[in-house]
Amino acid sequence: MFGGDPLLAGNVDLAVVLIVLVKVVVVFGLLLIATQLMIWFERKVISDLQNRIGPNTAGPFGILQTLADGIKFFFKEDLVPERADRRVFILAPLLSVVPAFLLFSIVPFGGDFSNGHDGSVELFGHTTYLQLADPAIGILFALAMSSVAVYGVMLAGWSSGSKYPLIGSVRASAQMISYEAALGLSVCAVVLTSGTLSTHGIVVSQAGSGWGFVPDWNVIATGFVPFVVFFLASQAELNRPPFDLVEAEQELVGSYHTEYSSIRFALFFVAEFMNSVTMAALIVTLFLGGPAGPTLIGPGWLWGVIWFLVKVLVLLFVFVWIRGTVPRVRYDQLMDLGWKRLIPLSLGWLLLLATFWVARDQGWNGFLTIAIGGAIGLVGYLLLKAAIATSRVRRLEGVVD
Amino acid sequence: MGYLGGFLVSLRQVGRKRRVTTQYPAQKAPKPARVHGRHVLNRYEDGMEKCIGCELCAGVCPARCIFVRGADNPVDDPVSPGERFGFVYEINYLRCIHCDLCVEACPTQAITESKMFEFSFTNREDAIYTKAELVVDDEGRPRQQPWEDWREGEDLLTSAWMRATSPSGSAAYEGVVGWNGELGYGVRAPEADQEVKDAVTTSPSMIDEHGGHGHGHDDHGTESDDHGHGGH
Repeated sequence: MFGGDPLLAGNVDLAVVLIVLVKVVVVFGLLLIATQLMIWFERKVISDLQNRIGPNTAGPFGILQTLADGIKFFFKEDLVPERADRRVFILAPLLSVVPAFLLFSIVPFGGDFSNGHDGSVELFGHTTYLQLADPAIGILFALAMSSVAVYGVMLAGWSSGSKYPLIGSVRASAQMISYEAALGLSVCAVVLTSGTLSTHGIVVSQAGSGWGFVPDWNVIATGFVPFVVFFLASQAELNRPPFDLVEAEQELVGSYHTEYSSIRFALFFVAEFMNSVTMAALIVTLFLGGPAGPTLIGPGWLWGVIWFLVKVLVLLFVFVWIRGTVPRVRYDQLMDLGWKRLIPLSLGWLLLLATFWVARDQGWNGFLTIAIGGAIGLVGYLLLKAAIATSRVRRLEGVVD
Repeated sequence: MGYLGGFLVSLRQVGRKRRVTTQYPAQKAPKPARVHGRHVLNRYEDGMEKCIGCELCAGVCPARCIFVRGADNPVDDPVSPGERFGFVYEINYLRCIHCDLCVEACPTQAITESKMFEFSFTNREDAIYTKAELVVDDEGRPRQQPWEDWREGEDLLTSAWMRATSPSGSAAYEGVVGWNGELGYGVRAPEADQEVKDAVTTSPSMIDEHGGHGHGHDDHGTESDDHGHGGH
């Protein structure tokens, strides 16, 4: 049940329990610090992109701004609307923030994966991985947690007893559920290629490089399309611009957290940015080789951590860059992109990829298989287009609503 | 680049030296000449107050934030030239919308608006400016309150613009805003930037020639003198 972590394979004694506890505390602390730095990083980078200065008063380069904001939140008045469903209202922020914390527990953030090492490190005479947990269900856990987070959003809007939060939460849950399909299908492509659900196994399968310089990352092994789909869907899943209709201030005030104040609002806020960090870490794990990378000098596990941080940082910059560039999409465009583009695309690509792997195992003619698969895919695409066009014509004629 | 061209546009801003931000409390952006700030009650050169307690400003105020009570001038020690003076004068800055209608209504140009608006009082008593706080000092300058943030020179040019363009009736100043002279600041040159582009009868060259030079000063100097005599 605890999967591949060698720490839990043998006798579980006090030292093992202590190591696990230390790992929990370290991951928890690092995630909190990373979230705080992410908020600062996002504000700083987005101001740079928009020709502004950004926070610059609290601490050097304004790095303590988030801390100051957090302290302020603690001292604000905690309001619960009179018409709110009290119990659910209090529960909702927790439902949002707890999955955000749990999500990071399966992310491998260090370890030596170069030259055939399996990323394990020695801690007080015990062998373990640099990740909190390595369950056999692995990436399914991530999908489950991001689905639970939808409940936080939905219940927050529903329990507020006010119309804008309700509309916002309906939008949010519709958006998150529809993009979860595309997200899951592109994860399937990764699982198919790596042959395992465990996040550690996925990273191990991406270690090393072909011809000496092309890294063996899933972004290449799965043919780039699942990466793009996962990236777009993750932005929608995170409710980040350009898919932040949930928080369209012009239409919905603050959406599902309109009625929240004080530390309860801070929990939503923290969960949002924590999810950004975790999603970047997940993309790194699934597609960009996780902590795998060449070791230069010094201990290998440290280089794993460095590579992991560098990759996450680059991705986070791209997140902010997208936010600073692309205007918000309309709701029908959002749904079109999700249902009519990303889901068919990732589904078709998954089938093509599966065909490719079956062809390799069975020793079929690879080129011919891909050609037939591509032709079938094209036929499917044309059928889909015809179906969409027909339904539009019928809608315009007034045959159906 | 089509869809992705915008990414380069935003990326090009990274690391630039020029930023649109003004570091506000440390430095202030320049304010337009006609910014409406807090009021001052002006005085004549001899120290007499211009306010005659007529309550027209209180009557015209749409926010009802001005409270004025007039009283008869003491015979031996008159506060203002003429019969009456503003005995009580209070403006509530929690209500004032700085519309400047009080300035337009004032027959003696007693109340004008300065450019200062940056105050943060922490109780409601401070928000109500009394006559002692509103009347200018002996040099004709507004009195700074502890909760007001001014910098050097920001109290300059506190007088409001005149109600009419070309106040003396001179055709050369049609469509040109004139300023009334105030104690301590003198008279500002008429401003040529309003209505120049769509003034039909006055050519811009005429305005450039007269506006902001000697003639304008004389013109307005006599204008404010007239008001002074009228008050007597």
